[in-house]
Order: sequence, then C-alpha cells, then structure tokens
Amino acid sequence: MRTMKPVDVVVIGLGWTGSVLSMELAKEGLQVLALERGHNRDTSPDFDYPKGIDELKYAVRGELFRKLSLDTVTIRHKLGDTAVPYRQYGAFLLPDNVGGAGVHWNGQLYRASPEDLKIRSHIIQRYGARFIPDGMTIQDYDVTFDELEPYFDKFEYLNGTSGQAGNLKGKLIPGGNPFEGARSRPYPTPPVANTYPSQLFALAAKEIGYHPFPQPSANSSQPYTNDYGVRLGPCNLCGFCERFGCFLYSKGSPQTTVLPALFRLPNFELRTQSHVVKINVDSTGKRATGVTYIDALGAEIFQPADLVILSSFQTNNVRMMLLSGIGETYEPRTGKGVIGKNFAYQMMSATTVFFDKNVNTNPFIAAGAGGSQLIDEFNSDHFDHGTYGFIGGGYILGGQTGGRPIQQLAVPPGTPSWGAAWKRAAKENYLHSTGVVTHGSVMSYRDACLDLDPTYRDSIGLPLMRMTFDWHDNEYKMTRYLTDRALEIVSKMNPKAHSTLIRQPGDHFNVRQYQTTHTTGGVITGANPKTSALNRYLQSWDVPNLFVTGASAFPQNIGYNPTGLIGALTYYAAHAIRTQYLKHPGPLVHS
Amino acid sequence: MTEDEKFRQRRLFLKAALSAVPLGALFAAGLTASAESPAPEYSPTYFTSPEWMFINAAVDRLIPSNEDGPGALDLHVPEFIDRQMETDYGHGGRWYLQGPFHPEADATLGYQLKYSPRDLYRAAIADVNAWCQRAHGKEFADLQPQMRDDVLVQLEKGEIDLPNVKASEFFNQLLANTMEGYFADPMYGGNRQMGSWKMIGFPGARADFKDWVTQPGKPYPLGPVSIRGEKG
Repeated sequence: MRTMKPVDVVVIGLGWTGSVLSMELAKEGLQVLALERGHNRDTSPDFDYPKGIDELKYAVRGELFRKLSLDTVTIRHKLGDTAVPYRQYGAFLLPDNVGGAGVHWNGQLYRASPEDLKIRSHIIQRYGARFIPDGMTIQDYDVTFDELEPYFDKFEYLNGTSGQAGNLKGKLIPGGNPFEGARSRPYPTPPVANTYPSQLFALAAKEIGYHPFPQPSANSSQPYTNDYGVRLGPCNLCGFCERFGCFLYSKGSPQTTVLPALFRLPNFELRTQSHVVKINVDSTGKRATGVTYIDALGAEIFQPADLVILSSFQTNNVRMMLLSGIGETYEPRTGKGVIGKNFAYQMMSATTVFFDKNVNTNPFIAAGAGGSQLIDEFNSDHFDHGTYGFIGGGYILGGQTGGRPIQQLAVPPGTPSWGAAWKRAAKENYLHSTGVVTHGSVMSYRDACLDLDPTYRDSIGLPLMRMTFDWHDNEYKMTRYLTDRALEIVSKMNPKAHSTLIRQPGDHFNVRQYQTTHTTGGVITGANPKTSALNRYLQSWDVPNLFVTGASAFPQNIGYNPTGLIGALTYYAAHAIRTQYLKHPGPLVHS
Repeated sequence: MTEDEKFRQRRLFLKAALSAVPLGALFAAGLTASAESPAPEYSPTYFTSPEWMFINAAVDRLIPSNEDGPGALDLHVPEFIDRQMETDYGHGGRWYLQGPFHPEADATLGYQLKYSPRDLYRAAIADVNAWCQRAHGKEFADLQPQMRDDVLVQLEKGEIDLPNVKASEFFNQLLANTMEGYFADPMYGGNRQMGSWKMIGFPGARADFKDWVTQPGKPYPLGPVSIRGEKG
C-alpha cells in the first residue's frame, strides 16, 4: 500500500460540512486535504440552463444522487427481521460528488428551537418523566441555543439566507416567526416574493389566529456577497430546485458559497475519486493516524494526517465509524454502546388542495424554499402537549416547490391513476392545485438503529449499512394532530377538494414514498461518553483527533429541516478546533 | 394464421386505433402539425415484435387519445420506452441488483425483484401474453380495449399470478415509464411537440418567473419551450 505525504487535516467528503471545515481550517494556515469519492462539479457547466432543468434526468432518474448499484443501505422494520436492500430511490436520496446533498436540497434553512436542544430535560421539567414513553431514548445536546446562536447566524450569512426575523434580541417583529429563539441580527436578505397559493394559505392561517411567516430560505432574494467573498444571485422561482443544481447561483450550496474561495487557497487540495474506506488508528486505539482510501485506479492508499474530519452523509458517517471500529457499537438489546444508536427520520403528511378554475395557482412558479408561507404554532414545544400525549411536532407549510409534471402533478381524490378519467383530471386540475404539508419530528427509540448488514455488500465488497426503523405511536399521534390543524387551514382556503397522504397507526415505514432526506443519528453528540459518541464540539470521545460532522450527530430529529442546525454545529466545532484544539490537541471536554 | 399474418393484423388494428382520434381533438391540443406531417415510423431497438405490440396496446389504454388531448400513442410514448431500455437506467445501472432476493418481503420495503427494467419487460410481457392466451384465447394486444383495461386493472391490483414476475410490480414499472414518456422533455422521444405540456399548461423549460410571481392568480401567458428550444 502506497503512503502519501502527511497533511495536517484530512477531510472525508466535500459536501456542506466538509467544505465549511476545510475553509475554516485552511484559513488557519493548515495543510488541508479533502478526499471525495465522487467527481468535482460546478454551477457551470454542470448545472447550466437549460440542460440542467431536465425533470426526467435529474428528478426521476436521479443524476445527482449516488447510484444505488454502487452502494445503498438495507432496511428492516424491526430487530430480528431480515433486512432487504433499498434497491430503487424512494423515501430518501443519497448524495454523491463534490457539494453532496448541498447541491440538490431545496434550501429550506431553519434554526432549531431552543427546547429542541434540551428536549429530555425540557419535557421532564414541563410534563414529568413519565411523559416520555418506554423505549424512547431522547437525549439533550450538551450545547444551548444561545451558545449556538452566533453559528446559526454565521451559516445564514454564508448563504445570503432570505427571510423575516420574528425575534430580534428578544423583541418580537410582526411578520416573522414569534416562536423562534432570539436572534442577534435580521436575515441577510429579505424574503423571496410569496407565490399566490402561499398567500391564500397565509390568509387562511391568519383568519384562524395563527402567525404565518415566509419560509427561511437559502434561495437568495437579492445579489449577495458573503464573508468569503463568494457571490450569489437572486432566485427567479424557476421551479427546479430540489433534485437539481441551481443554474442561477441562487441556492446556497458549497459551490455557490464556499468552494470558489476555498479552491484559491494554496494550502487546500481536493483529491476526487478517492473513496475512503477506513479511518486508521494507532495501537492504543485512541489516536487516528490517517485514512485509507481507494483511488481512481483501484489502488489502496494510506494518507497520514494529524486531524481527521469525517464529513460524509449521515449514513456514510455511521458506516465509516463501524468499518473503522471506532467507538463501541450500539447493542439494542442492552442499550449499551453508541455507534449506530438513535437513528431517526421525519414524518410528513401532504395535502393537495384543488381549487375551482378561477383560481390560478401556476404551480410551476416556485422555489424550493422561498415563496412559501408556514406556521410554527405546533412545532417543538411551542404548545402545551399535556393533553395530547406525544412529544415533538412540526411546521405546517403552504406553497409549492415546482409544477414538474412527472412527479408533481396531482389529481383529485377518487380519480383513477390512469385512463381517460385520469387524463381529464390532470388537464383540469394542473393549473388549479397546490400543496399544504406538515413537516414533523421523529424521536429516537431503543429499537431504531444502524449497524452493518451481515449479507449485502457494496461494489467494492464492504458491508452495507443496515437500518432498523419503523414508526412509533408518538409519531402517529403527532402527525394526526398536525394534519388536523393543517386541514382546518385548508378548509378556510375554500378548495373544491383535497387529498391527504398521512401515516396512520399500523402503516409501516414505506420506502417507496418520498418523505425527506433528513436521516439522522448514529454518531450522536452529548454530555456523556457512555451515551454519546461525540462531545459538544462533535469531537469523538474515543479518538480526540477525529471530528464527525453532519446530521449523524443529532440525538433525535427535529421538526425543522436539518441543514441550519448542521451548519451551526459545524461552525461551532470549527471555532472550537481553531481557538482551542489547535493550541492544545486533545479532548476538548473531559468526561 | 401465420406469425406474419398475426403481426400484420395487429399493426392494422393499432393504426386503426391511431386514426380513430377525432381530428378536432388534435386541433384542440395544438397538434395540427403532426396530423399534416406524421413522423417517420419508429422501429424498436430493444423490444421484439410481440413486445412492441404489447407496449403499444397497453400505453394506448393507460393514456388514451380522446377529445381532452393527445394519448400516449400520439406522443410516441412507446418510442420513449424503447429508447430508455438502451440507457444505463434500462440496463439496471442505477438500481442495486445484487442478491439474495426476497420478493416475498413486505411491499413497503420496496422493489425486491432481480430484474433490470429491460429484463422486467421481457419476463413480464411473455407472462402476461401467456396468461391472456389461457384466460381469453388471445394475446394482450389482440384484446378489445375494454378487455385490455380489465387485464391492466388486474395487473395493477396484483390479482393475476404470473410465474416470473410480480404483476403489480410490472404494472408500476409500465405506468411510471408511460407517464415519463408522456410528460418528459421531447428530446427523449416521447411528448411529441410538447403535446402533454400544452394540454395541462406547463411551460416546460421557461424557468423564469420573477415577473409573474408578483401577479398573483393571473394565468401565465406563454406556451411551453423544450430544452432544445422548440416552441409550443
């Protein structure tokens, strides 16, 4: 095996968090090497108009996603079952190449609520310990909202995020989210213009007494230059956001916010087609010596490094820890061990709203995040859960992310899925329909976890990761409650019909239905090495020169889209590495 | 009847089905050009003759041609599906197709057959035709439209036991590819002259609505454009 010249920092995967950490550490003068298993790509030529807005190629065939033929996960509903491979894309999308999922997300950029970060102690304090059902394994972060606030802010300003502040230093601002934690500054750019259906949703929500506000969005509403000197352009509501790259330089992504500046730094190197298969540790098991990767020719190479950043997608982070044997593997029967623990996801309901012909929704006028309105009354612990008997919640959003006909055309309830009746309904309803969704949290449970599959392997012969996951009563109750509130708003929008997709008790997790790509947990952060894999700075308790970034650190999932919290935790970790770790390499928190 | 005679008869039947589209429907859908200058006939690359007859006869029922707008045959959906079979996707290059296989797994765990798209069509069409022969004395393409609809419903609901494939899984594949061919950009061979986009009002690759988002509720005035710049 060939050994390369040592570097200060090796970064595994150049997606959102790998790009931010590469930049923050390269700015310190460190020699930073990013190893990316995929290819490099940039707005031009890779996402150019018009070839970049091809629904079949990108949204349906999944040009920007990892080919599942190369590697995937296996899934089973409960412990003891045989897991089967996720052979075709459905519920969630696995990223690939430089930029990762930061290229094909929608740009919905939220902060967590303050109580989300202290959920266990918050629930016990407000409702008592018995409110947490048996088998639910929620944990606090070891960091507070106020400690993270400067880093939420930093990530929002990186992206030129458009939105309306609701709580500025404790002062409530009309038109924003009154439930958000206090922010130190307004959003860097004003909200993207509301689409017509989102205006109808907001009017209906106000009528009931709710506080609708524009969805915070990494779809920039104005030309914007961030602190790295990288420029974004204004969103034009093209309707091709999630599953696509942005041809307008509007959607925040590593390519539109970080990489142009990073690639100019002489002490940064990107090596593509370099597939890391293992983090190497020394004989004590307490220090990473570097990583092993397979290059484009198939040769195995050892790359020594003083500091290792594991910044691949959530599922891959967990798998890398398991393949490297770092940290104690979680054992669901005893609850001991940490790697693979507390896998979580999200639970959505989707209502399609059909109007009469005099209401033109123009569904194709849409952005992935900007232009939609939502209410946050039923997220986190913004309301008294006492009589409802569930933990968590979500936001209720009205609007549209595109009118792409293969995947986004809907017909009223009772319409057959094909034939003359389907065709007439498609023709009559396409221009007069829109969506209202509930975007709900999923708590963590003792029996929802990740480990290595005993049977199935990837294209280079390594075991696939195995997901053990199904819904629990808490989430069925949560989604029913949220969906009922959403339907009250829908009825005030005066539609002629609506159809709702909701997960009901007895429904299994269905991998065929897209929900979100927000898989979380498996390498979680916390205050105690017995119950978490990482300390509050995302530093491995076991191997202090290893930091693991991304949603794999979430101890349970939130009702918001995760990228804002991922970005904040990443900047928080970067700050700790720069200001503390580099001076005194070693554990930043003593257990 | 020899195989050749059978084939000729089916072709005549399909041509009759095509020409049965009322001209008014074509005008209404803005397809007058296709009525005047028919595209050169497409010869399938992947599908065999019996398979091609099946595909044509099936998509014609999934999206029939009528006064509401063009059907799947009008928009060359069979050509789209045949061309897809030659892509990386058609060869299964995007799906995880390593065994062992558990077709008995709960349907919520997703597709669990061993077939790539093209292999799925090959196995399933043979099975469905054999089933139709046994049940109705004819292959699928030779059945009357109502009878073909009945068979498609039974496939959709998984009410037919096929020896080599799961009926509902094949139906999912066929319907998905039919919708793709109907609505995808015309450069893939279907959605001829953006017929489906014109029917529903999708402006295709225009992708610039900053001026129109500020005019809430106003109908969008422009017709579709394709990725290659054709205007509808």
